Amino acid sequence: MQILQNALIPALLAGISLYALCKGVDVFPTFLRGAAVGLKTAVQILPVMVGMLTVVFMLRASGAVDIAASVLAPALRILGIPKECTALTLLKPISGGGGLAMGSEIIRRCGPDSYAGRVAAVMLGASETSLYTISVYSGHLGLNRTRYAVFAALCGDVAAFTASAALVRLYFPYS
Amino acid sequence: MLSVIWTVFLCMALLCGAVTGRLAEVTAAVPTGASEAITLAISITGLMCFWSGVMELLQASGLAERLSRLMAPVLRPLFGSASQDKQAMEAVSANVTANLLGLSNAATPLGLRASERLYVLAGRRGAPDTVLTLIVLNATSIQLIPSTVAAVRAACGAHAPFDIMLPVWGASAASVAAVLLSSKLLRPFFPDGE
Repeated sequence: MQILQNALIPALLAGISLYALCKGVDVFPTFLRGAAVGLKTAVQILPVMVGMLTVVFMLRASGAVDIAASVLAPALRILGIPKECTALTLLKPISGGGGLAMGSEIIRRCGPDSYAGRVAAVMLGASETSLYTISVYSGHLGLNRTRYAVFAALCGDVAAFTASAALVRLYFPYS
Repeated sequence: MLSVIWTVFLCMALLCGAVTGRLAEVTAAVPTGASEAITLAISITGLMCFWSGVMELLQASGLAERLSRLMAPVLRPLFGSASQDKQAMEAVSANVTANLLGLSNAATPLGLRASERLYVLAGRRGAPDTVLTLIVLNATSIQLIPSTVAAVRAACGAHAPFDIMLPVWGASAASVAAVLLSSKLLRPFFPDGE
């Protein structure tokens, strides 16, 4: 299992480039084109991170994050979600940049290999900006109502967050 | 919407800081947060670029398209009568595949195109179940390689930045199952009347 997991990323990289080469793709220039697109995305994220992370730091310093955590603590305890990740569960469904900023702050402060840090990372990876996505699609099509979509998406978020905490506990033995 | 939230956050920081007597800390957080943001954004840029380059290879070699064809039979049962429409199902599989591969720049336009086709097939009225299924699927994360999160963990000095992959897959699967199941259960309570 461990070997498979360690091999996955290098094997994917070697496999994809080998397949592309055999298909007659000009591999390195194509890679560079994609990397340039990635750089553009990163540059677009930069101002969002400055705006969001600064506010997250201010909220944390003011004690607002702790207050929100203690208010929501009983509900989250039932779901097994660590209290450090409370604010992330509220922000992620609305804003991708905000979620990334909040999650990064948790990962940095609690440590990337700590329980809360890992749960925050899995939450970020396993959930989407659900409410924002619904607004983009319904706005695009001009839908007046979205019926059950918001409830279903929130069920998905709760499932993602609950499972994130449960699976981190299961997969990484924390004493 | 984000404008309101951002402003509310700033007001909350001011109010809570005043109540808890930590306004000095709140003020100090402004330069710290701003410079941390730049440090973090720059340190995750490398992996984002690299992964984006690899994904370009995946698309150029036609591997993404092949994957998309493999996805089609899995997706068909979710879309009822619309699954007979070749154009709609091709767009849906391309959208889901782009999400799987983390091609967020490509996924949204593909998803919007798929939603248009599904909406037309349903007669451009109300909020059809097929369109809502596509929307709730896009409201979940089904990414195979969580590269941005791994980059953040690496920037913070993680022992093995990618070691969270299996839990991410499990939690994503749980959330996809939850949206599909809850959609099915909630459907009778939200009739698509005029």
